[in-house]
Amino acid sequence: MSVDLQTVKRVAHLARIAVSEEDAERMTGELNAILGFVEQLNEVDVSGVEPMTSVTPMEMKKRQDAVTDGNKAADIVANAPATEENFFLVPKVVE
Amino acid sequence: MSDLTHLTISEARAKLRGKEITAAEITEAYLAAIDRANPVLNAYVTVTADKARDMAKASDARLATGEGGALEGIPLGIKDLFATEGIHTQACSHVLDGFKPHYESTVTSNLWADGAVMLGKLNMDEFAMGSSNETSYYGPVINPWRRSRVDTVVMPTTHQGDGGFVPAGGTKTARTLDNAQLVPGGSSGGSASSVAAFLCAGATATDTGGSIRQPAALTGTVGIKPTYGRCSRWGIVAFASSLDQAGPIARDVRDAAILLKSMASVDPKDTTSVDRPVPDYEAAIGKPIKGMKVGIPKEYRVDGMPEDIESLWQKGIAWLKDAGAEIVDISLPHTKYALPAYYIVAPAEASSNLARYDGVRYGLRVPGKDIVDMYEKTRAAGFGREVKRRIMIGTYVLSAGYYDAYYLQAQKVRTLIKRDFENVFAAGVDVILTPATPSAAFGIADEDMASDPVKMYLNDIFTVTVNMAGLPGISVPAGLDGKGLPLGLQLIGRPFDEETLFQTANVIEQAAGRFQPEKWW
Repeated sequence: MSVDLQTVKRVAHLARIAVSEEDAERMTGELNAILGFVEQLNEVDVSGVEPMTSVTPMEMKKRQDAVTDGNKAADIVANAPATEENFFLVPKVVE
Repeated sequence: MSDLTHLTISEARAKLRGKEITAAEITEAYLAAIDRANPVLNAYVTVTADKARDMAKASDARLATGEGGALEGIPLGIKDLFATEGIHTQACSHVLDGFKPHYESTVTSNLWADGAVMLGKLNMDEFAMGSSNETSYYGPVINPWRRSRVDTVVMPTTHQGDGGFVPAGGTKTARTLDNAQLVPGGSSGGSASSVAAFLCAGATATDTGGSIRQPAALTGTVGIKPTYGRCSRWGIVAFASSLDQAGPIARDVRDAAILLKSMASVDPKDTTSVDRPVPDYEAAIGKPIKGMKVGIPKEYRVDGMPEDIESLWQKGIAWLKDAGAEIVDISLPHTKYALPAYYIVAPAEASSNLARYDGVRYGLRVPGKDIVDMYEKTRAAGFGREVKRRIMIGTYVLSAGYYDAYYLQAQKVRTLIKRDFENVFAAGVDVILTPATPSAAFGIADEDMASDPVKMYLNDIFTVTVNMAGLPGISVPAGLDGKGLPLGLQLIGRPFDEETLFQTANVIEQAAGRFQPEKWW
């Protein structure tokens, strides 16, 4: 399988990365080189093989259902580019 | 003073405890070495001199009362991927511009609790994506090793009738260092370069496809990626969560064992942290390997592998045999599919993990006409080319209609890769010996690598299988190639059997000797 310029632009938008026409053209070549490389996986007979979900067989750890952390809103917003009263500020989303 | 930087961790530990040296002295020696070398090698992106001095002072106070921890007063460098409270933590990306976390990663917390001193944050490939440390926003790291040319100088000759010329004074050899700058490997290039150039006693690193073992091999240092789940991932910037593991890069096998003991822990904050006690890895060093079964996988003999690497591998086999190990030929039939499967699984996980860099909660923000435009502009400006490439691949393989063909197929192949190893270990093999990398260090801005991303990816061909199967792997320096560059051998072990790796790596180290670059910087 390979990707064309339109697909690259669509994927870039899905990934929320702005691309120029020139970027998209360059990426088309690069992505096709990588997709060409991974193509060989189709040779492998995987019938009856379960997809891996965890390298170490272990039961999912569960936390105690208790409040163990919190009350640090100021810490959480401390690195944000724009905040007001411990809220993150973003451009207007709803008209 | 400068020879304090040449002490191994175990040597420095003995001298600190014996009060022959102080933590303040050894810390000052490293800070001075960094001052001189960093403008050339670019291994550190931030030097925390004041913090290092404060920590050293506190270490000296504890050492004075005999309360010192396992790493008391030992100066370390920390890869920029680890969150360090109040200190530059950017995964060497522009998108995390100005980020200073309000928390500390579990691995670094463990090191500080044992008394280690932080010298600063180390350069790396952006978000740990790269094999040459050239994708860093902070520029490439330079390998302290350079190629050298050995010239045979023939002494003046005398004419001897019709018998031709014969050397009068015999021959002598002279080693000349080449000027070309080489990469230290990646992604933990700053860690490897700083350890090899004596700019820290040891360093933290991380390995998703070979990022500890490949740079260790390219710089003549020891690097271990422990079993998945051995070191907590909490507070480490995530790349591919099912593959990422932290581990140390050190100057010798013993130092790597000392560091891993401190870094590893059982951590309730990481649900994949495995609930088993951390053994005393150092105790495994020096134990005989007589009767141990060492597997040699035929699939690791790849086309175009340099002769130097093949002969190094043979030497490694001979050393282990001499030490009493039994050598057995094994087959890991799905080896060649590990790298292509990795280039689906790792980008898929990365595209999801890196979705959080959106200009809202931390780091860079580039204004846009609406919120989506702001996201797109921020991510376009904040991520470098390699990171964008991987996010794009990951987004594509996870997108509707392609998930089964790519991601699901890759995860099934991953099961087969792991099964290959399980079969070999079930047949009684204790440890597997392979080359660590398919080549020695290459040049900065290598044209071949730059023109084709897949060529760069092939650097991880021998290391990536281990991440796919979640196993522990160690890279240990084993010799120099014809141009005087270090090469490493890799040992792969059973899950949570890091002790066998240290035990066996020590045998190789004893036979091969240790290697250090000739100082030019």
